[in-house]
Amino acid sequence: MFFRENGQFKSTYRADQQLLPILQDRVFMAGLVAFAFLVVPFVASDYLFLSLVIPFLILTLAAIGLNLLVGYCGQISIGHAAFMGVGAYAAYNLVLRLPFLNFLVVLVLAGFVAAAVGMLFGIPSLRIKGLYLGVATLAAQFFLDWVFARVKWLTNYAPSASPPPVELFGWTVDTPVRKYLFLLSVLLVFTLLAKNLVRGHIGRAWMATRDMDVAAEVIGIRPIYAKLTAFGVSSFFCGVAGALWGFVHLGAWEPLAFDLNLSLSLLFMIIIGGMGSILGAYFGAAFFVVLPILLNRIPGMLGFEMSTATASHLEVMIFGVLIVLFLALEPHGLARLWAIGKQKLRLWPFPY
Amino acid sequence: MDKHLKIGLALAALAAAGSLAGEAAYAQQAKEQFFPVLVYRTGPYAPNGVPFANGYVDYLKLVNARDGGINGVKIAFEECETGYATDRGVECYERLKGKGPTGATVFQPLSTGITFALTDKSFGDHIPLITAGYGRADSVDGTVFGWNFPLGGTYWDAADILIQHVGKKEGGVANLKGKKIALVYHDSPYGKEPIALLQERAKMYGYDLILLPVTHPGVEQKATWLQIRQNRPDYVFLWGWGVMNSTAIKEAVATGYPREKMYGVWWSGAEPDVTPAGEGAKGYNALVFLAPAGQGGVHKDIIKYVYDKGQGTGKKEEIGDVLYNRGLTAAMMAVEGVKRAQLKYGKKPLTGQQVRWGLENLAIDDAAIKRLGFTGFMSPIATSCVDHEGGSAAQVHTWDGTKWNVQPGVYHADQQVIKPMIRASAEKYAQEKKLSKRDCAKEAD
Repeated sequence: MFFRENGQFKSTYRADQQLLPILQDRVFMAGLVAFAFLVVPFVASDYLFLSLVIPFLILTLAAIGLNLLVGYCGQISIGHAAFMGVGAYAAYNLVLRLPFLNFLVVLVLAGFVAAAVGMLFGIPSLRIKGLYLGVATLAAQFFLDWVFARVKWLTNYAPSASPPPVELFGWTVDTPVRKYLFLLSVLLVFTLLAKNLVRGHIGRAWMATRDMDVAAEVIGIRPIYAKLTAFGVSSFFCGVAGALWGFVHLGAWEPLAFDLNLSLSLLFMIIIGGMGSILGAYFGAAFFVVLPILLNRIPGMLGFEMSTATASHLEVMIFGVLIVLFLALEPHGLARLWAIGKQKLRLWPFPY
Repeated sequence: MDKHLKIGLALAALAAAGSLAGEAAYAQQAKEQFFPVLVYRTGPYAPNGVPFANGYVDYLKLVNARDGGINGVKIAFEECETGYATDRGVECYERLKGKGPTGATVFQPLSTGITFALTDKSFGDHIPLITAGYGRADSVDGTVFGWNFPLGGTYWDAADILIQHVGKKEGGVANLKGKKIALVYHDSPYGKEPIALLQERAKMYGYDLILLPVTHPGVEQKATWLQIRQNRPDYVFLWGWGVMNSTAIKEAVATGYPREKMYGVWWSGAEPDVTPAGEGAKGYNALVFLAPAGQGGVHKDIIKYVYDKGQGTGKKEEIGDVLYNRGLTAAMMAVEGVKRAQLKYGKKPLTGQQVRWGLENLAIDDAAIKRLGFTGFMSPIATSCVDHEGGSAAQVHTWDGTKWNVQPGVYHADQQVIKPMIRASAEKYAQEKKLSKRDCAKEAD
């Protein structure tokens, strides 16, 4: 009985359709956003920002993007790191060649470039499904990796892409706190966007396609439209995330920064976090960013003398075991665990 | 939008609590110079990462055990595993940069990818970055790359020296005309770095350059060596790292390409690269960067002060391996940089900014090399604010099936060709990054 939601009647469609129908949720959410914007910048250390929170925010954005495609539309992709790379290289070239553009414009344009490339590689999804589609997107990953390494124009004939610091309206995004606030704002906007997309007609079309594509076609959803928009929107999100990853987190990168490993990590994130759930993307990214580093540091924090190699082997082993356990015990991911917890709390202490 | 952020932040806060607890213990010790040690003891490049890390750490231990620190300032160090991954490297950097009473002394990531990312951060954090024998070739220019120190040589030097060597083999560089040289390289910024210079030289000498990329991590090279079999190049330059090197030599054996005509860069010429190929590796050549394999005065001290006391980092038999020695010299140069800076700033823990002055005024001459016990394992280095390299000299060594034998003749890269390339490249970087250049004349005192 942590919270009671009876007595909150909805008398209009508007009230029924709002994002957070329960008052407690709204208060909680407002408090949380206020906390993230007003309290966190003052309490967290630079280390925390730069090595945990910032990667977490960016990867969450990418995971949301991938989740729109895999979780909501049911089309698997093992090439999303490459779309992140497209976003990063597009943003780099835009900044380099059109230096008068505002970074926000660059970000959106980079997203559109990534969306275009994503839709191109999404075309096979119209004919093939499941594992076969996975393999087709894997081809996208390898092809784009090859392009990043080969086409020297993309990196302006330098060995690595090294963009100038991000500037917004005369405000340089360079300190950890500024980076954090900037990324948090971007993520907030994109989360709202995603949340609204999936409950609108596009999201419903995606979900219908996911649940049964033949049936979706029968009720009048054009698969070409549903699948390609899913690829486009998803790549857009990933493209923006990729640009942020390169510009804000790494500062300079080589093609290896967007390799297959990252694609697979993104996929794991949404599987562990919860397919078809925006919240799941947050959980998954947190799990992936925080846990390995935490595991790596636990022996040192507890005062064990352990060689670096042993610690990092242990980290990989424990992480692997945790993934297997999670998938075996709760295949719907952390988001499902959260929902179960919430349900239980609602009835606590008198469950029936 | 519902409770997403909360959880993420709660998890982050949890980690925060942990990390803060860890850092509190450090602040209390006062007279210490903190050396962060980025290593990769796991992952595909571990066979090469481990000996380097052992050498690096052993030297730091030696300075503490034998000399009681650097002029009385004890060395504190901590390892952090990067696995050769850029994002983990950045995390390690952030974790270690603030430790010790004065923060991190100098970073040596031993990875080109991590070097790129840290270069970008060094401008704000003011912590020098020693990339001895790797990193960006144009970071020699101290006026643009204020914090990078590619001490002792860059990939452009290495490529130039290899061309000089094969030119000598042919009886003069003029005879290189019409010859075919294949570059088998790791398809990453690291492997691509020498291409610019090899192309420049190809224009001058008229040899054909065949570029054969190998994708990370380099275990699949069948197609590459098929091309070598078809093209029959006169020489093969190998620009690999980790498992790619041993695979390349094995493929050369399988293809029947003579190992005597293969030349590796200094990162492709250590024991882990040749031993997996067994007998087949006999005759393979590679560059020696500063330190060849073997043992000298400093190794005796390490055995006496570190290993005999049970404090050794690695196995005793591996002392004196190529990469072990390279780790040793890397640590030595960092320590010498601190020593030099102490002359100006006093014998106390120094900040990264102060250590940079030391590294910029490094003068390790033959007498100093002898004093340090590095005779035969080191070429003199003298840096300045403008020149962050301090000289480049390399030799060639050949694997005879059991050990590396150094060939006579020390090569120096032709700076006439390289300097203008460095200047142009650094200039472009500064422009892209919108960096203001340092004025070295003003800083001199």
